[in-house]
Amino acid sequence: MSSYRLDYLDHLESEAIHIFREVAGQFEKPALLFSGGKDSITLVHLALKAFRPGKFPFPLVHIDTGHNFPEALDFRDKLVTEIGEKLIVRKVEDTIRSKNLTEQKGKFASRNALQTYTLLDVIEEFGFDACIGGARRDEEKARAKERIFSVRDEFGQWNPKLQRPELWNTYNGKIHKGENVRAFPISNWTELDIWNYIKRKNIELPSIYFSHERKVLEHEGQLVAVSEFINLEPTDIVTSKKVRYRTVGDMTCTAAVESTASNIDDIITEIIATKTSERGETRIDDKVSEAAMEDRKKNGYF
Amino acid sequence: MDILRFITAGSVDDGKSTLIGRLLFDSKSILIDQLAAIEKQTRNRQDGEIDLALLTDGLRAEREQGITIDVAYKYFSTPKRKFIIADAPGHIQYTRNMVTGASNADLAIILVDARNGVVEQTRRHSIIASLLNIPHIVIAVNKMDLVGYSQDVYNNILIDYAEVAKSLGLKDVIYIPISAINGDNIVDTSTNFPWYEGESLLHILENIEVYNDINLDDPRFPVQYVIRPQREDLHDYRGYAGKIASGIYKTGDKVVILPSEITSTISAIEVSGQEVQEAFAPQSAILHLADDVDISRGDVIVNQNNLPQLSNELEVFICWMDHKPLQAGNKYFFQVNSRVVRCVVKEIKYKLDVNTLQKLDAPDKAGLNDIVNATIKTASPIPFDSYKKLRTNGGAILIDETSLLTAGACMIQDAITD
Ligand SMILES: Nc1nc2c(ncn2[C@@H]2O[C@H](COP(=O)(O)OP(=O)(O)O)[C@@H](O)[C@H]2O)c(=O)[nH]1
Repeated sequence: MSSYRLDYLDHLESEAIHIFREVAGQFEKPALLFSGGKDSITLVHLALKAFRPGKFPFPLVHIDTGHNFPEALDFRDKLVTEIGEKLIVRKVEDTIRSKNLTEQKGKFASRNALQTYTLLDVIEEFGFDACIGGARRDEEKARAKERIFSVRDEFGQWNPKLQRPELWNTYNGKIHKGENVRAFPISNWTELDIWNYIKRKNIELPSIYFSHERKVLEHEGQLVAVSEFINLEPTDIVTSKKVRYRTVGDMTCTAAVESTASNIDDIITEIIATKTSERGETRIDDKVSEAAMEDRKKNGYF
Repeated sequence: MDILRFITAGSVDDGKSTLIGRLLFDSKSILIDQLAAIEKQTRNRQDGEIDLALLTDGLRAEREQGITIDVAYKYFSTPKRKFIIADAPGHIQYTRNMVTGASNADLAIILVDARNGVVEQTRRHSIIASLLNIPHIVIAVNKMDLVGYSQDVYNNILIDYAEVAKSLGLKDVIYIPISAINGDNIVDTSTNFPWYEGESLLHILENIEVYNDINLDDPRFPVQYVIRPQREDLHDYRGYAGKIASGIYKTGDKVVILPSEITSTISAIEVSGQEVQEAFAPQSAILHLADDVDISRGDVIVNQNNLPQLSNELEVFICWMDHKPLQAGNKYFFQVNSRVVRCVVKEIKYKLDVNTLQKLDAPDKAGLNDIVNATIKTASPIPFDSYKKLRTNGGAILIDETSLLTAGACMIQDAITD
């Protein structure tokens, strides 16, 4: 009888595949938002499970802030070639120019907030009616209430009070013209689930997830990679440390953690032992205010 | 390691948030920075204790109003299990949230304040739990510290609740005395209850058997998507993709496609990219059939020896979830799994008093949070099982045709035969 039991990772995988196929079945023009991080790499892997030997019924869309880790971009291109799917890249830089946007100033000037504009533009350009994203509910409090299918108005805005109740495994993807849905297949996964799944399925990741030597700047207890995108001051002390990344976002707003973990097992051991949550440790932008994430979600951030 | 999904219910202030905070805290699922954020917010309190309830209050609007207004999901795990908590608020108006959280819960923890005993809300939440067919119920009698950990108080509550359980026909009810705030009986059994012989709450949650709740007897496969690679070498490939709602499928099985009632045989099965001989609920799979038949999204593939009901007139319980009221004669989209058809709500038979289970006279209109018994006619036949028998093929949502909001949750009771 025990052969008819699924363990928790199989459960999560099956649920994610189901959500992917609901998106494919319910929408005319979906897209998969690909950030280059481990969550979106896992998404691609799950999409392969959901649709092979067929093609993905959607392109991958990368909103390129111009502040990416070069390793992540190389990895992206290699992955896309390997799986033979379509990739659309839109640059925040171009939006900044065409829309005359004002960039953040300061030491860690981030384009995180501006990528919302590029995202909304690309949604309009291609008429995407559903964007699949790799957000997880364990990441942050406001996310904890997010639906699997989350309806956004034409400004990409999320209204926490108008979310549709979601029952059983039944997803209501009906929308009006101009609205679109964000769909989150890995909502119920935690950071540790992702790592365990990556390990089980032998999923390849960009090298920056593993321990490597890097020049960093210590800023309020966080380690920020020295790059052309941050403005060093003469008093700043740059040191070389063995670090790895727990999330891969922009070089300006993603902090590294000191680590010697050079393979998945070491990383899992470290995560089990860590006492700081993923976002708290490595997202410089979330520290700004308690409700920072909620505010950004309302404005169309995924 | 498997997964347990549970909800917590109780009246406002019974200690739901504290209990969840305690489970997360004691299972070391709260991380330093989250704790720091809570400490910052708690600093103004007089007692200086960390307010565990703050962990589960998500959105700003709620923080401002000081009540939880929506379903929030929380995660923790122990070496035995991954837990998914749907935190459904206890506020009187929010039947809809509890129904949402309950729809895929394996277990409900219903909190009872030891000082107040079984109250109207306890009955209401138990009725919803039974209507939504949650397999396991835990009655957690909280705030036992405020009644001197009295066994008498506890026993009297058990006697009262046994009545409720009996009237609802609840099968699996477990009772436990706790103090969420002090952590008594949460992770470990507490010496404050020398008279309690059961296990701690966490132990119960870790060990309750949920595997048996998955139906492996009645094969139901709602087709979500048809996979047709446009490739020379896979010219004849045609895979029906879906998630097995219940039962087991084997190659060679004789199947029927509903509602068309065309028959065929399963020629191959794929799970997670591998060819397999059999697949079972709740796996996502791709089925291949021996015959070239016309199948599309919304069809259900079942075994010839085990048919669901097929009807376009249904008796349902509806929990109404929209501000716009439900009126007999209104038309909606009716969605069961991947099948969406138009329907009309023909008649509201009666309204259910969610505190007493009494049948009240049919109202003209059903409002937000009402639960009514009604008849529905669908534009084409629905292959279904009664919700009591099979949650995964007996639950449906009603979608407003103009606002497109999810307006109601239906628990299908039976087909209507003249
Ligand atoms: N004495 C005592 N107080 C409790 C206990 N559990 C919760 N409380 C208090 O009861 C109040 C309401 O708790 P809360 O968790 O916010 O209730 P909720 O509305 O059900 O989420 C708070 O002041 C808690 O500190 C308990 O076991 N004993």
